[in-house]
Amino acid sequence: MKFIPSAALLAAITLTAGLAQAETTVSVLLDNNAEVLAAFDALSKAYMAKHPDVKFDVEQRPGGADGDNLVKTRLSTGEMADIFDYNSGSLFQALKPEVSLADLTDLPGQANVIDSFKPVVTSVDGKVRGIPFGPAMGGGIYYSKKIYADLGLTVPTTWAEFMANNEKIKAAGKVAVAQTYGDTWSSQLFVLADFYNVAQASPTFAADYTGNKAKYATSPAAMAGFQHLEDVFKAGYLNPDFGAAKFDDGMKMVATGEAGHYPMLTFGLGSVKQNEPDNVNDVGFFAQPGDDAAHNGLTVWMPTSLYAPAGSKNLDVVKDFFNYVASKEGCELMEATNGATGPYLIKGCALPKDVPASVADMLPYFQKDGGTLPALEFLSPIKGPNLEQITVAVGSGITSAADGAKQYDQDVEKQAKQLGLPNW
Amino acid sequence: MQRSPYPYWFVLPAAVVFVTLFLVPTVASLWFSLTRWDLYTASFIGLDNFRQFFSEQNLTLGLGNTVIYAVLTSATKTVCGLLLAVLLTSGIWGQSFLRTVVFFPVLVSTIGVGITFTVLMHPTKGLFNVGLAAIGLHGPGWLTDASLALYSVALVDLWKGVGLATLIYIAGLAAISPDYYEAARIDGATRVQQFWRVTVPLVQPATVTVITLSLIGGLRSFDLIWAMTKGGPGFSSDVLASVIYKQYQAGFYGLSTAGNVILFALIATIILPLTWWFNRKEVDL
Amino acid sequence: MTRRQYWTGIIATVLALVIFVVPFVFIAFTAVKDKAQASHLDFTWPLQFLFWQNLVDVVSTRNYMLLLAYFNSSIITVGAVAMLILFGAMVGYVLQRRQSRWNKVIFGCVLAGLIIPPAVVPTIWVMQGLGLFKTIWGMVFIQVAYGLAFSVLLYRSFIATIPRDLDEAARIDGARPLQIFLRVILPLLKPVTVTLIVVQSIAIFNDFTNPLYYLPGKENVTVQLTLFNFQSQFSTQFNLLFMNILLVTIPPLIVFIFFNRQIVAGMTAGAVKG
Repeated sequence: MKFIPSAALLAAITLTAGLAQAETTVSVLLDNNAEVLAAFDALSKAYMAKHPDVKFDVEQRPGGADGDNLVKTRLSTGEMADIFDYNSGSLFQALKPEVSLADLTDLPGQANVIDSFKPVVTSVDGKVRGIPFGPAMGGGIYYSKKIYADLGLTVPTTWAEFMANNEKIKAAGKVAVAQTYGDTWSSQLFVLADFYNVAQASPTFAADYTGNKAKYATSPAAMAGFQHLEDVFKAGYLNPDFGAAKFDDGMKMVATGEAGHYPMLTFGLGSVKQNEPDNVNDVGFFAQPGDDAAHNGLTVWMPTSLYAPAGSKNLDVVKDFFNYVASKEGCELMEATNGATGPYLIKGCALPKDVPASVADMLPYFQKDGGTLPALEFLSPIKGPNLEQITVAVGSGITSAADGAKQYDQDVEKQAKQLGLPNW
Repeated sequence: MQRSPYPYWFVLPAAVVFVTLFLVPTVASLWFSLTRWDLYTASFIGLDNFRQFFSEQNLTLGLGNTVIYAVLTSATKTVCGLLLAVLLTSGIWGQSFLRTVVFFPVLVSTIGVGITFTVLMHPTKGLFNVGLAAIGLHGPGWLTDASLALYSVALVDLWKGVGLATLIYIAGLAAISPDYYEAARIDGATRVQQFWRVTVPLVQPATVTVITLSLIGGLRSFDLIWAMTKGGPGFSSDVLASVIYKQYQAGFYGLSTAGNVILFALIATIILPLTWWFNRKEVDL
Repeated sequence: MTRRQYWTGIIATVLALVIFVVPFVFIAFTAVKDKAQASHLDFTWPLQFLFWQNLVDVVSTRNYMLLLAYFNSSIITVGAVAMLILFGAMVGYVLQRRQSRWNKVIFGCVLAGLIIPPAVVPTIWVMQGLGLFKTIWGMVFIQVAYGLAFSVLLYRSFIATIPRDLDEAARIDGARPLQIFLRVILPLLKPVTVTLIVVQSIAIFNDFTNPLYYLPGKENVTVQLTLFNFQSQFSTQFNLLFMNILLVTIPPLIVFIFFNRQIVAGMTAGAVKG
C-alpha cells in the first residue's frame, strides 16, 4: 500500500523538476558602480517581464585593478558568469578574447550597433565579441561655470590659455586644478585625454606605437601629457589634499566652485547628480587643449561592454537578452535610468533635448567633422598596466615627466611582449 | 623492535591537506616562472622573467621596501610587545582592561583597519593632522608623501599587530617560574637587572615565535599595504607582494610567479639562518 | 597595589584610550552619522544618531547578504579551526618528540608553508580536479592548508615545555599513542590551544583574499566581501561602510570575550606549574 503514494510523490517530484528545468537562471557578474547596476537592473526587469521563464542572478565584483584580476581568474578557470561587463579596447584584448569569449558576430542585435564601436570589441581573429553597455564618454576637463563667470574667463582652446586661466584662478584664491590621486585611475586623464592632440601632431602615432616605432619618451607630442602633469604640480595649482582626495571629491570641488578645473571623463557628471544635484548645471566641459587652437578636438572613450564567456551553458538566452540590450528600446531604458551623460552607440537612440550643461558642451565636438578621436587604448591593443602609478608619481613631483614617459615605455614593452605582438 | 609512541601516521591528515592544496600547486608554479604564461598557453622563455624583474627600477625598489618594512615592523612589534607584556603582568591599575584594549585591534579585519586609518591619515581632513593642527603643528601627508607612506603603513601594522605579540609574550612570561625572580631579588638585582637577566633570556621561546612570525608576516605583507596605499603614491610604498599582485592583475602570470620565487628566496635567506641560530640556542638552554 | 602600580596604570590607561580607543570611537561615530556628515570624514559628534536606520540598511542590503555571509564565514571558521588544532597539535607533537631524518622534511614543509606565498591559479586547478572549488569545504581545507604551518610551529615550541616523563609514565601504564596524545598531551596544551582558537578564528573570519579567489559566487559570500557593497571605484557611502565594519567585527569580539577569561586562566595555570 505504501508504494502508491510514494510513486505519486516521485511523479510529482519529476514533474516539478521538469518545470524547474524550463526556467533558466542566468548568472551575471558586474562591477559595483551604481550606474552599471541600475542600468542592468532596469534592463533585466524589463526583459523578465517579457520572458517570465528567465531569471538573472547578479553578483558584484570590485572595480579597478582588483576587478581586472577577478575577471581574468574566473575566465581562465572556466568559472565566469554567463554575462559580465568589462572595458572595451586594449583591456578587452588582454582577456585573450579569441579563446575566452563567445562569438557575437552573428548576433542580430549587432545590426543596431554603430559600426565605429565594433573594432574595439573585435578579437584578433576578426570576430565581434561584445555589445556596448552605456554611453560613450569624452575625456577632457570639467570647469566651474561660476568661477569662469566671476573672473571673466573664456573656455581655452590652447594649453597656454588653459594655464593662463589657472594662474588667474589661483590668484583669486581658488584651487585651479583639482586632482584626486586617492583614486589612482583618475591621474591618467592628462596623458590619455591628450591623445587627440598627439594625433594632430603625428597622425600615424597609434600604428607606429603598436609597431614599436613610436615611443612616449621620444615623441614630443606624446610626452606633452606627462609634461602637463608635472607643470600643474610645479605651478602649485592643485588642491592641498590632491594625494588623498577621491574622484567624488574632485567632482564636488568643481561643481561647487571650490576648484576651477577637474580633468575627468564625462561620466563624472553622474557623481554630481547623485551628491550635489543642485549644482548639475554649474559645471561645463571642454576638450583638453593642445598647442594649436585650429585643431581643437575631443578624445573619446568607448562604452564598456557586455560579454559572454566561451562555453556558457545559457548562451542562447544570453544572446536573446543581448539583442534586447542592443535595441533602441533597451538603449532608451538605460538613458531613462541614468540620464543622458553622453551619446549611446545604438542606431536611432537619440539623446533627449534637455541635457545638462556639460553634456551640451560635449555634443558640438561630435557634430564637427573630425572633432573627435578615440583614445589610444581603442586604436592600439597595448596599454601599459602601470600607467596610473606612473602618472601619480609624475603628478606628485616624485618622478620627472621625462622619466615617467620612459618608465611607461618599458611598461608598454612588457605588455606588448605578453600579447605576443610582432616587432617587439 | 618496539613501536614508537610517536607514530608518523599522526602527520598524515595534515600532510594530505597540505600536500594537495599547497605543495602540488607550488611546485607547478615553479615551472610557470620560466614561461611567458597567459593562462591559456605557456611558452618557455628561460630566465627572462627574472631578468625583467631585476632590470626594472620599480621592482627592485619594492625589494628594498620589503626588507625595510619587515625588519621595522618585526623589531617594533617585538620590543613593544615585550614591554607591554611586562607592564601588563606587573599588577598595575586597570590591567585586565588594558590587556583587552591592546588586543582589540587584532580583532578587526585588515581591510577594516586599512579603510579606517586611510581616513584618519587624510592630509587635510584626517584626525591625525586635525589633531596636530590643534596644537599648532603642520602634519605631514602620512600616506601621500612618497618618503613617508611606507612608514605610515608600518605604524598602522604595529598598531594592529602589537596585541598579538603582547599576548604571546604574556603567555611566555606566565611560564617563567617566580622562583627565578625570587632568587634574583635575594641576590639584590634591581628591576632593570631582573628584566635583562631573568625575563629576556627566559622568555626566549616567545621571542623566537614573535620575531619569526612577524618577520615572515612582514616580508609577505600585502593586505594592509594594498588597503591603504596600493603601493603608492607612484611606486613608493610597493613591496614584493604588492608588485607580484600587480603583475598578476596585469596578466603577466609568468613574471608574477617569478616574483613569487624571488620572494620565497628572499624570505628563505633571511629566515632559515635565523631559525637555525634560534634552534641552536634552544639546545644550549 | 602600590602607589607606583596605581599611577603607572592611570597613565597607561590614558595613553591606551588615545592610541587604541579613539580609532574605534571614530568608527562608531561615523557608523551612526547620516551620509552627508559621514562624507566629511571628520572626528565630530554625530548630528543625528541613525544607528538603527543604518544598521537596517546594512543588514538588508542586497537581499540580506550580510546574514548569509555571517553563516558562511562561521562555518568556514569553525571547521577550519577545529582541524587546525587537531592536525597541528598532532604534527607538532611528533615533530618535537621524535628525532629522525623525517623531522627535517616535516620542518622544511612547515617553513615552506610559512614562507611561500600560495600560487593561486594552479591551486584552483587542483581544487577543480577534486570538485572542491566553489565549495565551503574546499575553502575550509584551503584555510587548513595555509594555517597549518603556524599551528605546528606554535604547538611544537609549547610541547617542548611539557616533560617527556608524562608520556613515558602513560606509556608504562599501557596507554596507546593516540590515547597518550588525546588524554595526556592535548589537555595540557590548553593555553596554546586557546591562543590558537582566538588567533586563527579571527584570521580566517577576517580573511579577504582567499575567499575572493577560491570561493566565488553570490551564494558563497563571506563577511569581508560585504565591505565592497558600500565602496565602489567611484563613490563610497562612509556611514554604511563603517557600520558594516562595526558589524563584521562583532563575531571576533564575541570569540575574544568568550575566551578572554580562559586565556588568563590557562596562563595562570601554566605559571603555577612552572
